[in-house]
Amino acid sequence: MAFLEGNALFRNLYCLLAGNSGNAQHCGRDGLLPAGWEWLAFALVGFAITFLLLSAFLLLTMFYTYLERRLLGRFQGRIGPNRAGPFGLLQPVADAIKLLTKESIVPQGADWLLYNLAPLMMVVVMFMVLAVIPFGKHTFIADLNVGVLFIIAVTSVNALAVFMAGIASGNRYALFGGMRAVAQLISYEVPMVLSIVGVLLLAGSLSLVEIVEAQVIPFFLLQPLGLFIFVVSASAEMNRPPFDQLEAESEIVAGYHTEYGGMKFGLFYLAEYAAVLTTSGVIATLFLDGWEGPLLPSHVWFLMKVFFLAFIFIWVRATLPRVRIDQTMAFAWKFLLPLGIINVFMTAAELLLFGHEEAGGQGIVLSTADLWLMSVVNFAVAVVGIGAFSRLVSLRTPALPVSAPKPSAAEVV
Amino acid sequence: MIRELPGEELARHVQVACPGAVERWEGLCLWVKPERVLEVCQTLKETPGMGFNLLNAISAVDYVEYFEVVYHLTSTAHLHSAVLKAKVYGREEPSLPSVVGLWLGADFQEREVWDLMGVKFLGHPNLKRILLWEGYPGHPLRRDYLEAPR
Amino acid sequence: MPMRSEPVTVNVGPQHPSTHGVFRLRITFDGEVILDAEPVFGYLHRGSEKLAEERTYTQVITLTDRLDYVASMTNNQAYVLACEKLAGVQPPERGMYLRVIAAELQRIASHLMATGFLLNDLGAFATPLMYCFRERERILDLFEMLCGARITLSYMRVGGVFQDAPEEFWPALRIFLGEMPHYIDEYERLLSENEILVTRTKGVSVLTVDQALNGSVTGPVLRATGFPWDLRKVDPYEVYGRVKFDVPLGRAGDNYDRFKIRIDEMRQSLRIVEQCVEQIEPGPVRADVPALVRPPVGDAYSRIEGPKGELGFYLVSDGSVAPYRFKIRSPSFINLTVLRDMLIGWKLADMIVTLGSIDINMGEVDR
Repeated sequence: MAFLEGNALFRNLYCLLAGNSGNAQHCGRDGLLPAGWEWLAFALVGFAITFLLLSAFLLLTMFYTYLERRLLGRFQGRIGPNRAGPFGLLQPVADAIKLLTKESIVPQGADWLLYNLAPLMMVVVMFMVLAVIPFGKHTFIADLNVGVLFIIAVTSVNALAVFMAGIASGNRYALFGGMRAVAQLISYEVPMVLSIVGVLLLAGSLSLVEIVEAQVIPFFLLQPLGLFIFVVSASAEMNRPPFDQLEAESEIVAGYHTEYGGMKFGLFYLAEYAAVLTTSGVIATLFLDGWEGPLLPSHVWFLMKVFFLAFIFIWVRATLPRVRIDQTMAFAWKFLLPLGIINVFMTAAELLLFGHEEAGGQGIVLSTADLWLMSVVNFAVAVVGIGAFSRLVSLRTPALPVSAPKPSAAEVV
Repeated sequence: MIRELPGEELARHVQVACPGAVERWEGLCLWVKPERVLEVCQTLKETPGMGFNLLNAISAVDYVEYFEVVYHLTSTAHLHSAVLKAKVYGREEPSLPSVVGLWLGADFQEREVWDLMGVKFLGHPNLKRILLWEGYPGHPLRRDYLEAPR
Repeated sequence: MPMRSEPVTVNVGPQHPSTHGVFRLRITFDGEVILDAEPVFGYLHRGSEKLAEERTYTQVITLTDRLDYVASMTNNQAYVLACEKLAGVQPPERGMYLRVIAAELQRIASHLMATGFLLNDLGAFATPLMYCFRERERILDLFEMLCGARITLSYMRVGGVFQDAPEEFWPALRIFLGEMPHYIDEYERLLSENEILVTRTKGVSVLTVDQALNGSVTGPVLRATGFPWDLRKVDPYEVYGRVKFDVPLGRAGDNYDRFKIRIDEMRQSLRIVEQCVEQIEPGPVRADVPALVRPPVGDAYSRIEGPKGELGFYLVSDGSVAPYRFKIRSPSFINLTVLRDMLIGWKLADMIVTLGSIDINMGEVDR
């Protein structure tokens, strides 16, 4: 019963229910259910924990939407929502009630099935990521040994959901959004995965719990370039400025969800904000040492890290203009991808240089002094790499000589 | 300062290149025959010493018995301006040649004059209504518009 | 094997977040690339020119407020100058100075809107817009002191302005003049040091001098091509001949230049206002003009350098109290002529920025 080891939340609830049949090493006392019903206890506890985490997560997301609007208000020199409840804290509730009571409309030209499926798919995908994120010490739904792979696989479905919404709406702005989604989301998967490879090399595991435990010093010190690439491609993946091509309000109205109203729009909205929190959670786990931290409880540390990252995403949103779609794509392929490859090879080379095989065959181990040396080297490479590439790769439109005729429509086609 | 060229001086230049086009001049204005507007404009734009390269405005005024189409021109090189007028008679289908070929800036302005005043510009590539919609009855800036059938 | 694709026609507007009002563009796209664009407008057409024929010369001032409703002062100024030219009225010195101060403040307010909306069009989620509005608000406060209104001002009259500036106006103006350069520097840093913005706007939608002149384009859009044409300089009206200022010029005529030039023009406007505050002397603000102006029979075309370009009024008088013909030469409307040429070959995202860089105002386009 691998589930009972390490997962304190699960074990305690399970022991409360299950009979003492063969689980003495975990519980040591009788549960509420008679012996032989362990499978029911297992299922009930799984359901209960999922329910608990989902509810907590939804509450957090609601709070995050409030926080984002409030902070944006501050960034823009205004107040932000402050009417519903104390400090406007009930604003997300009011929004949800408004969206829920709206009429559910399906446009005439829309594909009914795909149109209704897309928002569901988006939300479900977002929640599936939660299954493997450790929210604190011994607090997670499942510790998959392929956790990172699971996250990458599940979040790629996002592109499909957005594309479905764009195609099914029967609206041309939505179609633009869908087209951009396919181009952008798939392109940014590549540098994102590459940036994680460095972490995986250092940790020697795909399980998120083990990655946290492997962080002798937080990985953002060892993988500055990886963190940079991951944050940038993650903001493109979750459709945040400056890469919010999929909805690009000033260009294609609302992009893929132009035709959505009521709670179907609400689900997109929810998924979008939930994505910020889950992504922040993944970044905190992979690069910021997850739940680990002195003095305070592990859950508090984790939440603090998540909201610190979320704050940075809000900050970026309030500050930067949008990049054009072709420049977005060029940025992924010409800038992030080579940097990602450099990062992978650099990390591998350093592991070969500094690492030494442990007797037990548990992979490569490095001493703390070596790790700090690596950190210095990697920071230097990150600064030089980013500096060099921003000089080498120019995304600017080449200046036309003033006298030259502009390209005519025929030539562009 | 931009010098406003008197009609007499304009007429002198125009009469050399297109004899018979000038109707009369008075003060700062020069009246030309409507059917020869394009020719006169071309002269004003291309004659050295005139060089009216900027078309400021095309206006039309309804004097009931005739329409007066007014061209305000400026030369950015010589810093002088001119007022060119053409009287167009007839209320059914008053028309005069378009100057879009000379100044692209006439495009929307001629469409506007057609839309609101009902003066046709022959040779305009896309003479459609611009502010009102296709099928709107009449041309509302005409003085007799209120009496027009609705 | 080449993929089979076909062009898509999209109606951008009239309900679209960034068409600056009810403007519509019928665009044919090949993917994201614009093959053809046709502007369609008239959704805000109120028939101002027809309405003016039924109003006295003074009443028409309120109509001009509603043309370019973010630059009412300059509209007022252009109109009363046309009336004065027609009626042969000479306004007193103090009236002219007050008009120039008000008009230059209005130019700053209008350029602030243009700059803020550029960044909004670029996708910078309202933050720069709010910052620009913060300063515009202070200009509106100054206008409120002058005439009690903030947007539709109707401050100017034939022969001057309708009242002198109150005592508290001058210290407030001085504080504003002291603080504004700092804010303009802030916008300039925001504009020229943001790599995304530079990447998005440099070299995009280039307009050449010949194209601009041929299309009757005026104002900042023309000057951004590098052509020095500012009516305040080449044909000084009111007191512009007595103040020193430069005419900022662009080089390439791209979107970046069109916005950079507006920032530079704000600085020059501040210079003009500062000099006017120094030069202004006590005296009457309005010439002795009857309430019902009856200009002699004739016509007059008068133009000023508005924030968006050459704003002209062509007035025809038949000797009565109402204009016989009231024609508006609106810069927004005529500057749109070259829009199609500027858009073709660029992308959907550039289209929004290019439209924003022309800085149109639908109240003025549709009249």
